[in-house]
Amino acid sequence: MSGDVILEAVDVVKHFGGGGGWLSRGPVVRAVDGVSLAVRRGETFAIVGESGCGKSTLARVLMRLASPTSGNVVFDGRDVSTASGTALQTLRQRMQFIFQDPFSSLNPRMSVAKLVGEPLEVHAPELSAAQRRDRVAELLRKVGLRAEYAERYPHEFSGGQRQRIGIARALASGPKLIIGDEPVSALDVSVQAQVINLLGDLSRDMGLTLVIIAHDLGVIRHMSDRVAVMYLGRIVESGPTEEVYTSPRHPYTRALLASIPTMGGRPAGTRAAVLGEMPSPTAPPPGCRFHTRCPHAQALCKTETPPLQGATPHDHHVACHFWDTLPDAPPLPPTPAKSADVQARFALYRAAVEGGTVTHKTHQPTQRS
Amino acid sequence: MLSPDHTDASPQTLLSLTDLVLRFRGQSNDVIDGVNLTVTRGEVLCVVGESGCGKSVTAMALMGLLPADAARISSGNLEIDGTQIDLARMTLPTQMRGNHLAMIFQEPMTSLNPAFTIGNQIEEAVQRHRGGSQSQARARALEMLQRVGIADPEQRLSEYPHQLSGGMRQRVMIAMALANDPQILIADEPTTALDVTIQAQILDLIRDLRDETGMGTIMITHDLGVVAEIADTVAVMYGGQVVETGPVAEVFNNPQHPYTIGLMTAMPQLDMPGTRLAIVPGTVPTVANMPTGCRFRTRCAFATHTCETRPPLMDLAPEHGVACHYAPLETHLTVSA
Repeated sequence: MSGDVILEAVDVVKHFGGGGGWLSRGPVVRAVDGVSLAVRRGETFAIVGESGCGKSTLARVLMRLASPTSGNVVFDGRDVSTASGTALQTLRQRMQFIFQDPFSSLNPRMSVAKLVGEPLEVHAPELSAAQRRDRVAELLRKVGLRAEYAERYPHEFSGGQRQRIGIARALASGPKLIIGDEPVSALDVSVQAQVINLLGDLSRDMGLTLVIIAHDLGVIRHMSDRVAVMYLGRIVESGPTEEVYTSPRHPYTRALLASIPTMGGRPAGTRAAVLGEMPSPTAPPPGCRFHTRCPHAQALCKTETPPLQGATPHDHHVACHFWDTLPDAPPLPPTPAKSADVQARFALYRAAVEGGTVTHKTHQPTQRS
Repeated sequence: MLSPDHTDASPQTLLSLTDLVLRFRGQSNDVIDGVNLTVTRGEVLCVVGESGCGKSVTAMALMGLLPADAARISSGNLEIDGTQIDLARMTLPTQMRGNHLAMIFQEPMTSLNPAFTIGNQIEEAVQRHRGGSQSQARARALEMLQRVGIADPEQRLSEYPHQLSGGMRQRVMIAMALANDPQILIADEPTTALDVTIQAQILDLIRDLRDETGMGTIMITHDLGVVAEIADTVAVMYGGQVVETGPVAEVFNNPQHPYTIGLMTAMPQLDMPGTRLAIVPGTVPTVANMPTGCRFRTRCAFATHTCETRPPLMDLAPEHGVACHYAPLETHLTVSA
């Protein structure tokens, strides 16, 4: 992977409220409080955290749907944190979004042709209506939908299909970067797998850069090359996904990983590693923001804010005073080994759904119904 | 698993539901098509499936929470604690609801009344079933809040739902549900709306309370990870039918139904990054378009004309039931690329 940075956030801060007007009375919500990150061209970068950690606000700032209170967002070498007018339109062509809820993010009164064609009208006005129609059909095929669906309306589709329409719409302007805020979390697991595979194929085939905001650590492990873990408006750990998952350095990352229910289960007593709940972003604790829930917290953590510092040569950063003296993290619970029969059964399943020919030993081979 | 003081020679059945068939008004097809469930003392039964598989409707039917003018139950026998209830003719008697059988829901904010304090709401449940004075009810409410691990329980009693976090609200729901010592707790996606660290806390709480009281639990979830963490037995539902059921270790180590296998391969695993996920093709048909016979056959890569007749739920291993004509797959068919 090249070190070529496509999107960079420099010390981004986004606060809400506290302006003094009657609508904004009350405490300042420090949703994002000093985040820097760099997304490389062609990679899939994930931002993970629990509700209230500021990950969606950060996504909105990165997308320029909100402007930062301070700090900068640099896309392709240009500061876009306050872009407007033509600059914003150019930005929108190159950077697109996929939203969480496929039920509320598509206009119910627009046909699929109109939904997917609308970005083309804006960004490729030179196309004739016929050319646009062809382009829409091509985009629909690309996301695994039939071209005939263009005449239908969103309510006629299932959640997974709607998410595909949303992806086709995002692809229409030919973006270089797509930001997805929880793009698969509203979908059932079988459909979620379809959309995860689709996003993987698209990023590989089209050289797209993806920024995925999610709370599901399994999904992130599966999709991303690098990951940043957020807690109360700050990044506490970032690095290559593989390394962060196999040797997490921050106690919060460890707690998150230890809390995931897995198919293998895990030994009793090793699970609920954090007690209590996240403090309010209106009054984040001083020092390290995680110290109120951290099993390893010491006096220093209550006063000094730990900087995000390099933990390994592989671009792995952690914001913890004691990252290098913590005991090693317990390994992730492995998926239980399968017996030979079960492995054979899973292989049959995989081969069959990937288009293999099924022959029934006990019956004449019949057409699939 | 039971703590030692609850161990009996044979597990005591607390609830058994036989052949539940249910249809919504105006629809031409049954949304629940012959579901059987059994829960024994101290057991956690997880009902797992995707949206529209009928898992929540089954729970609502058990609790008698479906409006009679919207849903018609044509068959279904419920036995709780020796009492037989023919669900086709009557719903769960009010005095049993909350007392023998209690329920918690996915979104605790919408299940709590925003206009009353936490204390009020728990006391109401206690007094409704046990009578007694207000101060007795308050003492019980306080005791319950302590049991579900709420800090400053006395202060919380006089607070309103909006003053609590999501995890605490779910604890309050559990306190309220268990205030009358029900034998069965039905939990409909109790942790789905919660963050993963809070989810772990709530699952631990449910497990502890089960060990303490020996209650049976029916947990409805879509998350196979949650099932693996907490269930003793699991029932996999698809299209209003139970397609596979058995002890959780057996079902997960030896899954037989193509749908169960599909769900397991579609779930991103923590220790297998980068591999392409196998999928379950297509989407769940609407109730009106539900196929006859095996309801999964329109999405099943192995389906034949045989599947147009409904496969019975047959035991392939002790207590491991599978509703598939071709289970185990590897003895019935081959696949070539």
